[in-house]
Amino acid sequence: MLIKKPNKIKSFEITSERNYINRRNFIKSGCLIGGGIISDNLLTAELPSQPFEILKNIKESQYSTDEQINNIIDVTSYNNYYEFGLDKDDPNLNSRDFKSRPWTIEVEGEAEKTGIFDIEDFIRPYQLEERIYRMRCVEAWSMVIPWVGIPLANVIKELKPLSSAKYVKFETLHDKKRMPGQKSGVLRWPYREGLTIAEATNPLPILAVGIYGRALPNQNGAPIRLVVPWKYGFKGIKGIVKISFIKNQPKTSWEMAAPNEYGFYANVNPKVSHPRWSQARERRIGSGVFASKQPTMLFNGYEEHVAHLYDGLNLRRNF
Amino acid sequence: MTSLKIIRLYLKPIVFLICLLPIILVLTDLFEISGTLGANPIENIQDRFGIWGLRFIVILLLISPLKKISGIIWLIQFRRMIGLFAFFYVLMHFLVWLLLEQSLLMPAIIEDVTKRPFITIGFIALLILLILASTSTSKIRRSMGKKWDKLHQSVYLASILGVWHFWWQVKKDITEPLIYAVIIFILLTYRLWDKYKKTQPKKNPA
Repeated sequence: MLIKKPNKIKSFEITSERNYINRRNFIKSGCLIGGGIISDNLLTAELPSQPFEILKNIKESQYSTDEQINNIIDVTSYNNYYEFGLDKDDPNLNSRDFKSRPWTIEVEGEAEKTGIFDIEDFIRPYQLEERIYRMRCVEAWSMVIPWVGIPLANVIKELKPLSSAKYVKFETLHDKKRMPGQKSGVLRWPYREGLTIAEATNPLPILAVGIYGRALPNQNGAPIRLVVPWKYGFKGIKGIVKISFIKNQPKTSWEMAAPNEYGFYANVNPKVSHPRWSQARERRIGSGVFASKQPTMLFNGYEEHVAHLYDGLNLRRNF
Repeated sequence: MTSLKIIRLYLKPIVFLICLLPIILVLTDLFEISGTLGANPIENIQDRFGIWGLRFIVILLLISPLKKISGIIWLIQFRRMIGLFAFFYVLMHFLVWLLLEQSLLMPAIIEDVTKRPFITIGFIALLILLILASTSTSKIRRSMGKKWDKLHQSVYLASILGVWHFWWQVKKDITEPLIYAVIIFILLTYRLWDKYKKTQPKKNPA
Protein backbone atom coordinates (compact mmCIF):
# COMPACT_ATOMS: atom_id res chain seq x y z
CA MET A 1 0.00 0.00 0.00
CA LEU A 2 3.04 2.22 0.12
CA ILE A 3 4.44 3.72 -3.03
CA LYS A 4 3.48 1.64 -6.03
CA LYS A 5 6.47 0.86 -8.20
CA PRO A 6 5.49 1.33 -11.78
CA ASN A 7 7.17 -0.98 -14.24
CA LYS A 8 10.77 -0.12 -14.82
CA ILE A 9 10.72 0.44 -18.53
CA LYS A 10 12.36 3.66 -19.49
CA SER A 11 10.93 5.83 -22.16
CA PHE A 12 13.77 5.18 -24.59
CA GLU A 13 12.98 1.48 -24.55
CA ILE A 14 9.48 2.18 -25.66
CA THR A 15 8.36 2.08 -29.24
CA SER A 16 7.80 5.67 -30.17
CA GLU A 17 4.80 6.79 -32.11
CA ARG A 18 7.07 7.33 -35.07
CA ASN A 19 8.33 3.76 -34.90
CA TYR A 20 4.81 2.57 -34.59
CA ILE A 21 3.72 4.47 -37.64
CA ASN A 22 6.79 3.29 -39.52
CA ARG A 23 6.03 -0.24 -38.48
CA ARG A 24 2.52 0.08 -39.77
CA ASN A 25 3.92 1.16 -43.09
CA PHE A 26 6.24 -1.82 -43.06
CA ILE A 27 3.36 -4.15 -42.38
CA LYS A 28 1.33 -2.53 -45.11
CA SER A 29 4.06 -2.86 -47.66
CA GLY A 30 4.68 -6.40 -46.53
CA CYS A 31 8.37 -6.02 -45.82
CA LEU A 32 8.82 -6.43 -42.11
CA ILE A 33 12.49 -5.57 -41.91
CA GLY A 34 14.97 -3.33 -40.15
CA GLY A 35 13.36 -0.84 -37.82
CA GLY A 36 10.11 -2.72 -38.08
CA ILE A 37 11.52 -5.84 -36.53
CA ILE A 38 13.37 -3.94 -33.83
CA SER A 39 10.29 -2.12 -32.67
CA ASP A 40 8.34 -5.36 -32.87
CA ASN A 41 10.77 -6.97 -30.48
CA LEU A 42 10.33 -4.08 -28.13
CA LEU A 43 6.59 -4.44 -28.35
CA THR A 44 6.66 -8.12 -27.51
CA ALA A 45 9.29 -7.55 -24.83
CA GLU A 46 6.84 -5.24 -23.13
CA LEU A 47 3.98 -7.76 -23.23
CA PRO A 48 5.80 -11.06 -22.76
CA SER A 49 2.92 -13.25 -21.64
CA GLN A 50 0.65 -12.36 -24.49
CA PRO A 51 0.73 -13.58 -28.04
CA PHE A 52 -0.28 -10.14 -29.26
CA GLU A 53 -0.55 -11.43 -32.81
CA ILE A 54 -0.46 -9.13 -35.81
CA LEU A 55 -3.85 -8.58 -37.37
CA LYS A 56 -3.97 -8.67 -41.15
CA ASN A 57 -6.01 -6.94 -43.78
CA ILE A 58 -6.92 -3.81 -41.86
CA LYS A 59 -8.69 -1.02 -43.68
CA GLU A 60 -8.09 2.61 -42.85
CA SER A 61 -11.03 4.76 -41.85
CA GLN A 62 -12.20 8.27 -42.61
CA TYR A 63 -13.27 8.53 -38.97
CA SER A 64 -9.70 8.32 -37.66
CA THR A 65 -8.15 11.40 -36.12
CA ASP A 66 -4.71 12.54 -37.20
CA GLU A 67 -3.81 13.64 -33.69
CA GLN A 68 -0.64 12.24 -32.14
CA ILE A 69 -1.20 8.64 -31.10
CA ASN A 70 -0.43 7.75 -27.50
CA ASN A 71 2.44 5.51 -26.67
CA ILE A 72 1.51 1.83 -26.47
CA ILE A 73 3.02 1.66 -22.98
CA ASP A 74 0.56 4.28 -21.74
CA VAL A 75 -2.37 2.58 -23.43
CA THR A 76 -1.51 -0.84 -22.02
CA SER A 77 -0.39 0.16 -18.52
CA TYR A 78 -2.77 2.93 -17.47
CA ASN A 79 -6.45 2.18 -17.65
CA ASN A 80 -9.48 1.15 -15.66
CA TYR A 81 -10.67 -2.45 -15.80
CA TYR A 82 -12.03 -3.20 -12.35
CA GLU A 83 -12.28 -6.90 -13.19
CA PHE A 84 -8.50 -6.95 -12.72
CA GLY A 85 -8.11 -4.46 -9.88
CA LEU A 86 -8.88 -0.90 -8.94
CA ASP A 87 -5.63 0.92 -9.63
CA LYS A 88 -4.77 1.97 -13.11
CA ASP A 89 -1.70 -0.22 -13.31
CA ASP A 90 -3.63 -3.25 -12.01
CA PRO A 91 -5.18 -4.37 -15.32
CA ASN A 92 -1.72 -4.71 -16.85
CA LEU A 93 -0.30 -6.48 -13.80
CA ASN A 94 -3.23 -8.78 -13.01
CA SER A 95 -4.50 -9.83 -16.43
CA ARG A 96 -1.38 -11.57 -17.68
CA ASP A 97 -2.66 -15.11 -17.14
CA PHE A 98 -6.10 -14.41 -18.52
CA LYS A 99 -7.05 -16.69 -21.43
CA SER A 100 -9.30 -15.02 -23.96
CA ARG A 101 -9.77 -18.18 -26.05
CA PRO A 102 -11.96 -20.16 -26.38
CA TRP A 103 -14.59 -17.43 -26.23
CA THR A 104 -18.22 -17.27 -27.18
CA ILE A 105 -20.67 -14.42 -27.52
CA GLU A 106 -24.31 -14.97 -26.74
CA VAL A 107 -26.85 -12.90 -28.66
CA GLU A 108 -30.33 -12.85 -27.23
CA GLY A 109 -33.56 -10.88 -27.09
CA GLU A 110 -35.45 -8.94 -29.73
CA ALA A 111 -33.54 -10.00 -32.84
CA GLU A 112 -33.90 -12.49 -35.66
CA LYS A 113 -30.44 -13.90 -35.30
CA THR A 114 -29.82 -15.05 -31.74
CA GLY A 115 -27.72 -17.82 -30.30
CA ILE A 116 -24.23 -18.54 -29.09
CA PHE A 117 -21.40 -17.73 -31.48
CA ASP A 118 -17.74 -18.58 -31.36
CA ILE A 119 -15.77 -15.33 -31.42
CA GLU A 120 -13.93 -16.18 -34.64
CA ASP A 121 -17.21 -16.91 -36.44
CA PHE A 122 -18.68 -13.77 -34.94
CA ILE A 123 -15.94 -11.48 -36.28
CA ARG A 124 -14.99 -13.21 -39.53
CA PRO A 125 -17.75 -11.81 -41.78
CA TYR A 126 -16.60 -8.22 -41.23
CA GLN A 127 -13.80 -6.09 -42.60
CA LEU A 128 -11.35 -5.06 -39.87
CA GLU A 129 -10.84 -1.32 -39.70
CA GLU A 130 -8.35 0.84 -37.90
CA ARG A 131 -10.08 3.62 -36.01
CA ILE A 132 -7.80 6.13 -34.35
CA TYR A 133 -10.06 7.69 -31.75
CA ARG A 134 -9.77 10.08 -28.87
CA MET A 135 -10.64 8.36 -25.61
CA ARG A 136 -11.89 10.62 -22.84
CA CYS A 137 -12.11 9.07 -19.38
CA VAL A 138 -14.71 10.38 -16.94
CA GLU A 139 -11.75 11.03 -14.61
CA ALA A 140 -10.67 13.91 -16.89
CA TRP A 141 -7.76 12.31 -18.70
CA SER A 142 -7.60 11.33 -22.34
CA MET A 143 -5.60 9.39 -24.88
CA VAL A 144 -5.53 8.82 -28.63
CA ILE A 145 -5.70 5.12 -29.36
CA PRO A 146 -5.39 3.26 -32.68
CA TRP A 147 -8.08 0.62 -32.29
CA VAL A 148 -8.70 -2.20 -34.71
CA GLY A 149 -12.23 -3.46 -34.87
CA ILE A 150 -15.46 -3.93 -36.71
CA PRO A 151 -18.18 -1.30 -36.95
CA LEU A 152 -20.90 -2.15 -34.45
CA ALA A 153 -23.54 -0.95 -36.92
CA ASN A 154 -22.59 -3.72 -39.35
CA VAL A 155 -22.88 -6.35 -36.63
CA ILE A 156 -26.26 -5.02 -35.51
CA LYS A 157 -27.52 -5.03 -39.08
CA GLU A 158 -26.45 -8.65 -39.48
CA LEU A 159 -28.21 -9.71 -36.27
CA LYS A 160 -31.46 -8.15 -37.56
CA PRO A 161 -33.03 -6.59 -34.47
CA LEU A 162 -36.85 -6.56 -34.37
CA SER A 163 -38.65 -3.23 -34.36
CA SER A 164 -39.35 -3.83 -30.68
CA ALA A 165 -35.63 -3.64 -29.90
CA LYS A 166 -34.89 -0.15 -28.58
CA TYR A 167 -31.65 -0.76 -26.73
CA VAL A 168 -28.57 -2.94 -26.98
CA LYS A 169 -27.17 -4.27 -23.76
CA PHE A 170 -23.65 -5.65 -23.33
CA GLU A 171 -22.25 -7.82 -20.56
CA THR A 172 -18.70 -8.73 -19.56
CA LEU A 173 -17.59 -12.22 -18.60
CA HIS A 174 -18.49 -12.97 -14.98
CA ASP A 175 -15.92 -15.40 -13.63
CA LYS A 176 -14.16 -14.63 -10.36
CA LYS A 177 -11.47 -17.21 -11.04
CA ARG A 178 -10.44 -15.62 -14.31
CA MET A 179 -11.19 -12.05 -13.31
CA PRO A 180 -9.95 -11.72 -9.72
CA GLY A 181 -11.23 -8.15 -9.35
CA GLN A 182 -14.76 -9.55 -9.33
CA LYS A 183 -14.13 -10.87 -5.83
CA SER A 184 -14.55 -7.29 -4.68
CA GLY A 185 -18.02 -5.86 -4.40
CA VAL A 186 -17.04 -2.46 -5.73
CA LEU A 187 -19.37 -2.84 -8.74
CA ARG A 188 -22.26 -5.17 -9.45
CA TRP A 189 -21.00 -7.97 -11.68
CA PRO A 190 -21.14 -8.70 -14.48
CA TYR A 191 -20.22 -5.27 -15.78
CA ARG A 192 -23.08 -4.05 -17.95
CA GLU A 193 -23.35 -1.33 -20.50
CA GLY A 194 -25.89 -0.23 -23.05
CA LEU A 195 -26.63 1.95 -26.04
CA THR A 196 -29.80 3.01 -27.77
CA ILE A 197 -30.35 1.31 -31.13
CA ALA A 198 -29.74 4.66 -32.82
CA GLU A 199 -26.41 5.05 -31.02
CA ALA A 200 -25.41 1.46 -31.73
CA THR A 201 -26.10 1.82 -35.46
CA ASN A 202 -24.19 5.09 -35.76
CA PRO A 203 -21.04 4.54 -37.85
CA LEU A 204 -18.64 5.51 -35.04
CA PRO A 205 -18.95 2.74 -32.40
CA ILE A 206 -16.82 -0.33 -33.00
CA LEU A 207 -16.33 -3.70 -31.43
CA ALA A 208 -12.56 -3.55 -31.03
CA VAL A 209 -10.43 -6.67 -31.29
CA GLY A 210 -7.05 -4.98 -31.48
CA ILE A 211 -4.81 -1.98 -30.89
CA TYR A 212 -1.74 -0.83 -32.81
CA GLY A 213 -2.44 -3.37 -35.54
CA ARG A 214 -2.30 -6.27 -33.13
CA ALA A 215 -4.71 -8.40 -31.14
CA LEU A 216 -6.20 -6.70 -28.11
CA PRO A 217 -4.10 -7.17 -24.94
CA ASN A 218 -5.96 -8.65 -21.98
CA GLN A 219 -5.84 -5.44 -19.97
CA ASN A 220 -7.55 -3.53 -22.77
CA GLY A 221 -10.49 -5.92 -22.92
CA ALA A 222 -9.46 -9.00 -24.90
CA PRO A 223 -10.82 -10.57 -26.90
CA ILE A 224 -13.52 -8.05 -27.79
CA ARG A 225 -14.68 -4.74 -26.37
CA LEU A 226 -16.85 -1.80 -27.22
CA VAL A 227 -15.45 1.61 -28.21
CA VAL A 228 -17.83 4.58 -28.30
CA PRO A 229 -15.59 7.58 -28.85
CA TRP A 230 -18.04 10.36 -28.00
CA LYS A 231 -18.87 8.89 -24.60
CA TYR A 232 -16.80 8.59 -21.43
CA GLY A 233 -14.45 5.62 -21.39
CA PHE A 234 -16.48 3.53 -18.97
CA LYS A 235 -19.07 2.99 -21.73
CA GLY A 236 -16.42 0.95 -23.53
CA ILE A 237 -17.29 -2.38 -21.94
CA LYS A 238 -14.53 -4.99 -22.15
CA GLY A 239 -14.42 -8.79 -22.42
CA ILE A 240 -17.92 -8.96 -23.92
CA VAL A 241 -19.73 -12.31 -23.67
CA LYS A 242 -23.32 -11.27 -24.17
CA ILE A 243 -25.26 -8.87 -26.38
CA SER A 244 -28.99 -8.46 -25.79
CA PHE A 245 -31.58 -6.56 -27.77
CA ILE A 246 -34.11 -5.21 -25.32
CA LYS A 247 -37.19 -3.01 -25.13
CA ASN A 248 -36.34 -0.90 -22.08
CA GLN A 249 -33.32 1.14 -21.12
CA PRO A 250 -30.89 -1.16 -19.31
CA LYS A 251 -29.24 -0.22 -16.02
CA THR A 252 -25.51 0.12 -16.47
CA SER A 253 -22.94 -0.87 -13.83
CA TRP A 254 -21.78 2.65 -13.02
CA GLU A 255 -25.33 3.91 -12.97
CA MET A 256 -26.17 1.25 -10.40
CA ALA A 257 -23.09 2.11 -8.36
CA ALA A 258 -23.57 5.89 -8.25
CA PRO A 259 -26.72 7.07 -10.08
CA ASN A 260 -26.11 10.73 -9.23
CA GLU A 261 -22.63 10.65 -10.76
CA TYR A 262 -22.84 8.36 -13.78
CA GLY A 263 -25.75 8.29 -16.19
CA PHE A 264 -26.87 6.03 -19.00
CA TYR A 265 -25.79 8.41 -21.76
CA ALA A 266 -22.39 9.47 -20.38
CA ASN A 267 -21.76 11.70 -23.38
CA VAL A 268 -18.56 13.71 -23.10
CA ASN A 269 -19.68 17.22 -22.25
CA PRO A 270 -17.44 19.99 -20.90
CA LYS A 271 -20.46 21.90 -19.62
CA VAL A 272 -21.88 19.13 -17.47
CA SER A 273 -19.59 18.64 -14.47
CA HIS A 274 -19.22 15.47 -12.56
CA PRO A 275 -20.71 16.24 -9.12
CA ARG A 276 -17.21 16.21 -7.66
CA TRP A 277 -15.01 17.53 -10.44
CA SER A 278 -15.06 19.68 -13.55
CA GLN A 279 -15.25 18.10 -16.99
CA ALA A 280 -14.27 21.32 -18.78
CA ARG A 281 -10.66 20.30 -19.34
CA GLU A 282 -8.72 17.11 -19.69
CA ARG A 283 -5.20 15.87 -19.15
CA ARG A 284 -3.84 14.31 -22.35
CA ILE A 285 -1.75 11.38 -21.20
CA GLY A 286 1.79 11.59 -22.58
CA SER A 287 1.79 15.36 -22.85
CA GLY A 288 4.42 15.64 -20.14
CA VAL A 289 4.70 17.01 -16.64
CA PHE A 290 4.57 20.67 -17.60
CA ALA A 291 1.82 20.58 -20.22
CA SER A 292 -1.43 22.15 -19.16
CA LYS A 293 -4.78 20.47 -19.55
CA GLN A 294 -6.60 20.94 -22.81
CA PRO A 295 -10.22 21.96 -23.25
CA THR A 296 -12.68 19.08 -23.49
CA MET A 297 -14.89 19.12 -26.58
CA LEU A 298 -18.62 18.46 -26.68
CA PHE A 299 -19.17 14.81 -27.65
CA ASN A 300 -15.38 14.51 -27.42
CA GLY A 301 -15.08 16.31 -30.74
CA TYR A 302 -17.43 13.95 -32.62
CA GLU A 303 -20.31 16.40 -32.56
CA GLU A 304 -20.88 16.43 -36.33
CA HIS A 305 -21.40 12.66 -36.34
CA VAL A 306 -23.55 12.23 -33.27
CA ALA A 307 -25.22 15.48 -32.17
CA HIS A 308 -28.38 14.63 -34.15
CA LEU A 309 -28.87 11.54 -31.96
CA TYR A 310 -29.73 13.82 -29.06
CA ASP A 311 -32.02 16.38 -30.72
CA GLY A 312 -34.49 17.58 -28.13
CA LEU A 313 -32.79 15.71 -25.30
CA ASN A 314 -31.76 17.69 -22.24
CA LEU A 315 -28.10 16.75 -21.97
CA ARG A 316 -27.76 18.15 -18.47
CA ARG A 317 -30.57 15.99 -17.14
CA ASN A 318 -29.66 12.99 -19.30
CA PHE A 319 -26.00 12.98 -18.40
CA MET B 1 26.83 12.76 26.36
CA THR B 2 23.34 13.36 27.65
CA SER B 3 20.51 11.61 25.88
CA LEU B 4 19.15 15.00 24.83
CA LYS B 5 22.40 15.67 22.99
CA ILE B 6 22.30 12.27 21.28
CA ILE B 7 18.80 13.06 20.08
CA ARG B 8 19.79 16.47 18.82
CA LEU B 9 23.05 15.46 17.18
CA TYR B 10 22.24 12.04 15.75
CA LEU B 11 18.64 10.97 15.96
CA LYS B 12 17.12 14.18 14.67
CA PRO B 13 19.26 14.42 11.51
CA ILE B 14 18.57 10.74 10.77
CA VAL B 15 14.82 11.14 11.19
CA PHE B 16 14.98 14.31 9.10
CA LEU B 17 16.62 12.43 6.23
CA ILE B 18 14.10 9.59 6.50
CA CYS B 19 11.28 12.12 6.32
CA LEU B 20 12.78 13.45 3.09
CA LEU B 21 12.66 10.01 1.41
CA PRO B 22 9.19 10.41 -0.13
CA ILE B 23 10.17 13.55 -2.02
CA ILE B 24 13.58 12.12 -2.96
CA LEU B 25 11.80 9.09 -4.43
CA VAL B 26 9.48 11.35 -6.42
CA LEU B 27 12.52 13.14 -7.85
CA THR B 28 14.41 9.95 -8.65
CA ASP B 29 11.27 8.56 -10.31
CA LEU B 30 10.94 11.78 -12.27
CA PHE B 31 14.42 11.24 -13.67
CA GLU B 32 13.75 7.50 -13.99
CA ILE B 33 16.51 6.47 -11.61
CA SER B 34 14.38 4.53 -9.13
CA GLY B 35 11.34 3.87 -11.30
CA THR B 36 8.95 5.96 -13.34
CA LEU B 37 6.02 8.23 -12.65
CA GLY B 38 3.84 6.19 -15.02
CA ALA B 39 1.48 7.39 -17.72
CA ASN B 40 0.02 10.23 -15.68
CA PRO B 41 3.01 11.75 -13.87
CA ILE B 42 1.15 14.76 -12.46
CA GLU B 43 -1.53 12.62 -10.87
CA ASN B 44 1.18 10.31 -9.56
CA ILE B 45 3.19 13.12 -7.91
CA GLN B 46 0.10 14.85 -6.59
CA ASP B 47 -1.30 11.64 -5.06
CA ARG B 48 2.01 10.71 -3.49
CA PHE B 49 2.52 14.11 -1.84
CA GLY B 50 -1.07 14.11 -0.65
CA ILE B 51 -0.91 10.66 0.86
CA TRP B 52 2.39 11.45 2.58
CA GLY B 53 0.87 14.61 4.03
CA LEU B 54 -1.87 12.47 5.53
CA ARG B 55 0.60 9.84 6.73
CA PHE B 56 2.71 12.46 8.51
CA ILE B 57 -0.43 13.78 10.22
CA VAL B 58 -1.15 10.23 11.39
CA ILE B 59 2.45 9.81 12.62
CA LEU B 60 2.13 13.16 14.40
CA LEU B 61 -1.06 12.04 16.14
CA LEU B 62 0.64 8.79 17.12
CA ILE B 63 3.49 10.47 18.99
CA SER B 64 1.85 11.46 22.24
CA PRO B 65 -0.18 8.23 22.75
CA LEU B 66 3.01 6.28 22.05
CA LYS B 67 4.87 8.40 24.55
CA LYS B 68 2.21 7.77 27.18
CA ILE B 69 1.97 4.05 26.54
CA SER B 70 5.67 3.33 26.18
CA GLY B 71 6.96 5.88 28.64
CA ILE B 72 9.58 7.07 26.13
CA ILE B 73 9.40 10.75 26.88
CA TRP B 74 11.88 11.97 24.24
CA LEU B 75 9.47 10.97 21.47
CA ILE B 76 7.88 14.34 22.03
CA GLN B 77 11.10 15.93 20.73
CA PHE B 78 10.06 14.89 17.24
CA ARG B 79 6.60 16.37 17.26
CA ARG B 80 7.50 19.67 15.67
CA MET B 81 9.63 18.11 12.96
CA ILE B 82 6.94 15.60 12.02
CA GLY B 83 4.29 18.32 12.06
CA LEU B 84 6.37 20.52 9.78
CA PHE B 85 6.91 17.61 7.40
CA ALA B 86 3.15 17.02 7.33
CA PHE B 87 2.72 20.65 6.31
CA PHE B 88 5.57 20.37 3.80
CA TYR B 89 4.01 17.41 1.96
CA VAL B 90 0.52 18.92 2.03
CA LEU B 91 2.01 22.14 0.65
CA MET B 92 3.82 20.23 -2.12
CA HIS B 93 0.55 18.43 -2.91
CA PHE B 94 -1.14 21.83 -3.17
CA LEU B 95 1.63 23.35 -5.28
CA VAL B 96 1.56 20.45 -7.75
CA TRP B 97 -2.19 20.93 -8.04
CA LEU B 98 -1.81 24.70 -8.44
CA LEU B 99 1.11 24.77 -10.88
CA LEU B 100 0.96 21.48 -12.79
CA GLU B 101 -2.63 20.28 -12.51
CA GLN B 102 -4.28 23.69 -12.94
CA SER B 103 -1.37 25.51 -14.62
CA LEU B 104 -2.17 28.56 -12.47
CA LEU B 105 -5.36 29.26 -14.42
CA MET B 106 -7.23 31.38 -11.90
CA PRO B 107 -10.85 30.89 -13.05
CA ALA B 108 -10.53 27.09 -12.86
CA ILE B 109 -8.74 27.32 -9.51
CA ILE B 110 -11.38 29.58 -7.98
CA GLU B 111 -14.17 27.41 -9.36
CA ASP B 112 -12.59 24.30 -7.91
CA VAL B 113 -11.91 25.77 -4.48
CA THR B 114 -15.39 27.26 -4.15
CA LYS B 115 -17.56 24.76 -5.99
CA ARG B 116 -15.97 21.38 -5.36
CA PRO B 117 -16.48 20.51 -1.71
CA PHE B 118 -13.59 18.06 -1.57
CA ILE B 119 -11.19 20.74 -2.79
CA THR B 120 -12.68 23.31 -0.39
CA ILE B 121 -12.10 20.89 2.46
CA GLY B 122 -8.54 20.22 1.41
CA PHE B 123 -7.89 23.92 1.07
CA ILE B 124 -9.17 24.61 4.59
CA ALA B 125 -6.94 21.83 5.94
CA LEU B 126 -3.98 23.44 4.17
CA LEU B 127 -4.76 26.83 5.73
CA ILE B 128 -4.96 25.28 9.19
CA LEU B 129 -1.60 23.58 8.71
CA LEU B 130 -0.14 26.84 7.40
CA ILE B 131 -1.19 28.64 10.60
CA LEU B 132 0.17 25.85 12.76
CA ALA B 133 3.47 25.69 10.89
CA SER B 134 3.98 29.44 11.08
CA THR B 135 3.37 29.47 14.84
CA SER B 136 5.56 26.47 15.53
CA THR B 137 8.69 28.24 16.78
CA SER B 138 9.61 27.97 20.46
CA LYS B 139 9.52 31.74 20.77
CA ILE B 140 5.94 32.04 19.57
CA ARG B 141 4.95 29.06 21.63
CA ARG B 142 6.31 30.67 24.78
CA SER B 143 4.70 34.02 24.08
CA MET B 144 1.30 32.45 23.37
CA GLY B 145 1.29 30.30 26.46
CA LYS B 146 -1.88 28.27 26.96
CA LYS B 147 -3.46 29.71 23.83
CA TRP B 148 -0.80 27.95 21.76
CA ASP B 149 -1.95 24.53 22.96
CA LYS B 150 -5.54 25.36 22.11
CA LEU B 151 -4.57 26.63 18.66
CA HIS B 152 -2.46 23.60 17.91
CA GLN B 153 -5.25 21.24 18.83
CA SER B 154 -6.77 22.25 15.49
CA VAL B 155 -4.47 19.66 13.93
CA TYR B 156 -7.23 17.23 14.93
CA LEU B 157 -9.62 19.14 12.71
CA ALA B 158 -7.03 19.19 9.92
CA SER B 159 -6.67 15.41 10.17
CA ILE B 160 -10.43 14.92 9.80
CA LEU B 161 -10.58 17.34 6.86
CA GLY B 162 -7.60 15.63 5.27
CA VAL B 163 -9.11 12.16 5.34
CA TRP B 164 -12.47 13.55 4.23
CA HIS B 165 -10.75 15.26 1.29
CA PHE B 166 -9.19 11.91 0.36
CA TRP B 167 -12.48 10.03 0.79
CA TRP B 168 -14.44 12.38 -1.43
CA GLN B 169 -12.09 12.35 -4.36
CA VAL B 170 -11.89 8.59 -4.94
CA LYS B 171 -14.14 7.33 -7.70
CA LYS B 172 -15.60 4.31 -5.98
CA ASP B 173 -13.27 2.18 -3.90
CA ILE B 174 -13.01 3.76 -0.45
CA THR B 175 -10.81 1.08 1.14
CA GLU B 176 -7.71 3.25 1.48
CA PRO B 177 -9.39 6.40 2.84
CA LEU B 178 -11.37 4.15 5.16
CA ILE B 179 -8.15 2.78 6.64
CA TYR B 180 -6.93 6.31 7.37
CA ALA B 181 -10.33 7.31 8.72
CA VAL B 182 -10.32 4.39 11.16
CA ILE B 183 -6.78 5.13 12.37
CA ILE B 184 -7.56 8.81 12.87
CA PHE B 185 -10.84 7.94 14.59
CA ILE B 186 -9.02 5.67 17.03
CA LEU B 187 -6.34 8.29 17.74
CA LEU B 188 -8.88 11.05 18.35
CA THR B 189 -11.11 8.81 20.46
CA TYR B 190 -8.10 7.88 22.55
CA ARG B 191 -7.48 11.58 23.22
CA LEU B 192 -11.09 12.21 24.23
CA TRP B 193 -11.02 9.21 26.50
CA ASP B 194 -7.72 10.35 27.98
CA LYS B 195 -9.09 13.83 28.60
CA TYR B 196 -12.27 12.42 30.14
CA LYS B 197 -10.24 10.23 32.46
CA LYS B 198 -8.25 13.24 33.65
CA THR B 199 -11.32 15.35 34.40
CA GLN B 200 -12.95 12.56 36.40
CA PRO B 201 -12.22 12.95 40.10
CA LYS B 202 -10.36 9.98 41.49
CA LYS B 203 -12.87 7.79 43.24
CA ASN B 204 -11.86 6.20 46.48
CA PRO B 205 -12.97 2.64 46.98
CA ALA B 206 -15.93 2.62 49.29
